[in-house]
Parts: sequence; C-alpha cells; structure tokens
Amino acid sequence: MTTLDITDLKMSIGGKEILRGVDLALEPGRVHGLAGESGSGKTMTGLAVLGLLPHGARVSGAIRLGERDLLTLPPKELNRVRGGEVAMVFQDPATSLHPMLTIGKQLTEHMRHHLGLDKREARARAVELLGKVRIPGAEEAYGRYPHQFSGGMRQRIAIAIALACSPKVLIADEPTTALDVTVQAGVLRLLRGLCDELGLAVLLVTHDLGVMSAVADEVSVMKDGLVVESGPRGRVLREPEHAYTRSLLESLPDAEAQ
Amino acid sequence: MTLLAIDDLVVEHRTPGRPAVRAVAGASLAVNPGEVVGLVGESGCGKSTLARAVCGLNPITAGSIAFDGQPVTPLGLRRRKLTGIQMVFQDPYASLNPRRRVGDQIADGLRTSQDTATSPADLLERVGLPRDFAGRHPHEFSGGQRQRIAIARALAARPRLLIGDEPISALDASAQSQVARLMRDLAVDSGAGLLFISHDLSVVRLIADRIAVMYLGKIVEVGDTAEVWADADPKHPYTKALLQAIPKPDGMGMLPAELAGDVPDPANPPGGCRFNPRCPSVMDVCRVKEPEFGPVACWLHEPK
Repeated sequence: MTTLDITDLKMSIGGKEILRGVDLALEPGRVHGLAGESGSGKTMTGLAVLGLLPHGARVSGAIRLGERDLLTLPPKELNRVRGGEVAMVFQDPATSLHPMLTIGKQLTEHMRHHLGLDKREARARAVELLGKVRIPGAEEAYGRYPHQFSGGMRQRIAIAIALACSPKVLIADEPTTALDVTVQAGVLRLLRGLCDELGLAVLLVTHDLGVMSAVADEVSVMKDGLVVESGPRGRVLREPEHAYTRSLLESLPDAEAQ
Repeated sequence: MTLLAIDDLVVEHRTPGRPAVRAVAGASLAVNPGEVVGLVGESGCGKSTLARAVCGLNPITAGSIAFDGQPVTPLGLRRRKLTGIQMVFQDPYASLNPRRRVGDQIADGLRTSQDTATSPADLLERVGLPRDFAGRHPHEFSGGQRQRIAIARALAARPRLLIGDEPISALDASAQSQVARLMRDLAVDSGAGLLFISHDLSVVRLIADRIAVMYLGKIVEVGDTAEVWADADPKHPYTKALLQAIPKPDGMGMLPAELAGDVPDPANPPGGCRFNPRCPSVMDVCRVKEPEFGPVACWLHEPK
C-alpha cells in the first residue's frame, strides 16, 4: 500500500528545468532515502510535496496522497494537508524554530488549528510528545525558548512539532546535517523508532550515504533532476548499477582509505 | 624544532552578569613544520576557540602559545605582524568579500608577504582553478571553488602555519575529501605546518599525521593517526564513542551507537574526569580525580 505517490514530477523556474520527471512511492512504516549532490533537486522534490516551491515555479505531474492530487488541490485544502497529514523537518533547527516563542507555543499552535483541541488538551499532548522525543523534564521544557536547548534537543523538538498532528507522511530534509555525529546517532535512532512505532511514511533527504545506510529501507539516487537509481538499501549501496551511484560511493573518504 | 607550542592554554569567554565560560581549560598541543595535526571533537568543546587563540583573535587567560619560540599576542586592528599564521575559515560564503574580485583578495595576501614574483593567477592554478578566474567575484563560484579561493588567499601570505577551522563542513560530501587533501598537499609542499580542525573523523584520518581529540576544553587523547586509529579501536572511551557514532555506508542498516547525554555546560564542568557522566566504562576514581596525564587522559590508560 502506498501512502504518497509521486509520478512524473517536473518543475522549472524561469525556463530552467530543476526536476525532469521524478517518480517516488512512500509506504507506511518505511523510510525512503533520497540521495544526491546539492543542486540535484532532492530538496525541491521534498518541498513540492508540501506546495512550498519558490514563486514562479511551474510544476507538472502528480503527487497523490490517497485520492487527492496535492498539486491541483486548492490552497485551503492544501493548508489542511500541510502540517496535518504531511509534516516536514528542516535541516537547521536553529533557524526552523521561532526564537521568540516558547516551544510549548510552537508545539500547540498547529495542534489547536488542525485537531481543534482546547488549550489544556493541547498542552497535555505537547508534554507527551516531548517525552516521546526524549526531552528531559518535559513539563519544564514546555515553557522554555529554543535558545535554551542544545542543537540535538532542538532537532528533537522540531521532530515533535512535525509529529504533533499525527501525520501520515514525514519529510525530513537533511535532518542531521547540522548536528554532531554523536548527536546525529541519537536523532537517527529516534526517527527510525518513530517510523516503526507510528507507521509513518518517511522521505529522508540526505547527501550522507552513511546516514542513508543506517536508517533508509529504500534508496533513490538523484542527479540533475532525475532519479537515476532506486531500490532496496542493501542492493543500491553494495551493488550499485548506475555509474553515478558508484562514483558517489567511491568519493567517500572510507573508500579512498582502502 | 617545534613550530607551534601550546602549553596548558586556558581561554575564558566573559559575559557581564554571568560566570566566565572556560572554553579551553588547560590544553597542550604541538605542531611541527611540515606536519599535519588533526583536532577533532564535538561542537562546543572549544576547538574553534583554540584555533582563534592561536591566530591571536582571542585573548588568552592563562598558559602560553608560542609560534617559532615567540609568544602569540592578540592582534590589534592595524598591527599585523603575525602573518606567519594564516587561517581558512568554515564558511567560504562569509569569509570572502562579496564586493571585491577574488584576484584582488588574493593579492592582499601577496602584499603582506612582499611577494612580487607571484601573481594571483599562479595561486589559483595551485589550488586547481583556471587562471582567468582572478577577475571574477565570489558569487560566481560554488562552495568548493570558494573554499579553494580562500585557501589560495591564505597561502598567498606564505604562512608557516596554516589553520583550517572546519574548512570542509560547509561543502558537499563529494568535495570534502578533495579540499581536505588539497590543503594537506599544499601545506606539506611549502613546508608549513597544518592544524586541521574538524568534527569529521573519517576525513581527518585521511590527511592527518597526528590526531588530537578534544572534549570540553581538554585534549583527552593525542597520538599518531595510525596509533589513535589502530584497527578502529582507539584507547580513550570518548574517541571510541566518536568513531562508533559514524554511520557506515555498507547497506547493512546498522544504526550507529549513541553516546548518552549532551556535552555538559563548560561554565559548570562535572567534577573528576570531564567525561565521566557520559562514559560507558566509568569507575569510582573517575568521579573524584581528573586524569592529568597524557597521551591518553583516562584512568583506564594510566601510565605506569
């Protein structure tokens, strides 16, 4: 069963083709990794799902969530999907969280809007979520501001915010790139655990093939707006068929050391 | 003869109304000419502060830094005597002046070394860029190219010590090992020392002759790369944890090992060994006494 189905997605800005026909399918409880160098269009694919493409972008193809095509959905309907059924975690938690609002406010605002909870219910759920992403002292943390947390904790909070409305699809755009390796390990474990526990369909955008190998079930490799190779993790990373995937793997420092 | 000798260095950041934060709390390190030393550690461990102190960008609180036997003093606004140490910064999008041609920026370095024989184009060639790029502005280049330009600018001043403060972390994965290797080759060829700071152990291992591991303001392990790395089985538990946290692209789906907890607040470090609250093999002595010996500052590896 497919939760989110992207077929023949094309996108151009000012006559320049950014995506040239991307096909991806996300399944519940599975992590789909999207690899590629910067400029290959992997972030744009993620943004297209949420309708967050830059102004002047021309899109064709289809992004199906259940019966609906997200590309043709009117803005009001799309707003119900965004943050509700499809959520996103961005690269840098230092800039994706609002510095002047408490994390409690940022955790409950969309919950109250999408789920129609009252203040007390939203607060209880927020505290529960903070516990789930393992923020120590969830009750006290609720009233604090983002600068009072470390980078790893901020990214955990960003994940909690994304999960607040029980989405079906989570798009994680380089969620661990801004973090230290030791902290990254924790965030990856958390993502994997949540995906298994809640049956989320996760699209993990990353350039780090090590991260990919650790959490993704399926791996797609993008180059110049096209998916050049797609398949189960073990096969793509150990027996790459496409020359580009091979060159990516060979450019890793570990490969050079051998 | 040691090129750079850092001895028991302490650097504090002071903010009015708050306790002083000891970013570097007694670190010792040496760099020899033609040697590449890699400094690794988590963010917030004080490795950038150490680099800035070596360049004279941060005043030091205690201890000493000697470059060629002369103490390093803080740089003033106009006085630039210390051109023997040059730094390549983390973010090439911020470290190059966007309004000046890259050739002019490289020429600044040549002027400080009173080098009239070399042209900026020669330096661009050395870092693997076409000669005619000298007339362009920084925005015309990709991140990897910009970092090469920043390296060319640093080399123009003929440094005897080159410092790279996370010079590759803002680059694409495919450009990282190229740029790291380029820095190593250029520094070693010109007989300069290189202090290469990074949190990416896999790259540091490739280019460094010696590796120093820093944790919360102290250097916890230092040694030859082969030794620290011996069969990916380093001695200090912290170095072990750092290594095990790197996910391997082997397609096996192994989640990397997690190091529990966060880096403690350097304003209020834990008693005893600084690593004891997070250490998997903590003993009683670790909570009481700080291991003040080298090269592996851990009670498990106390010298006899």
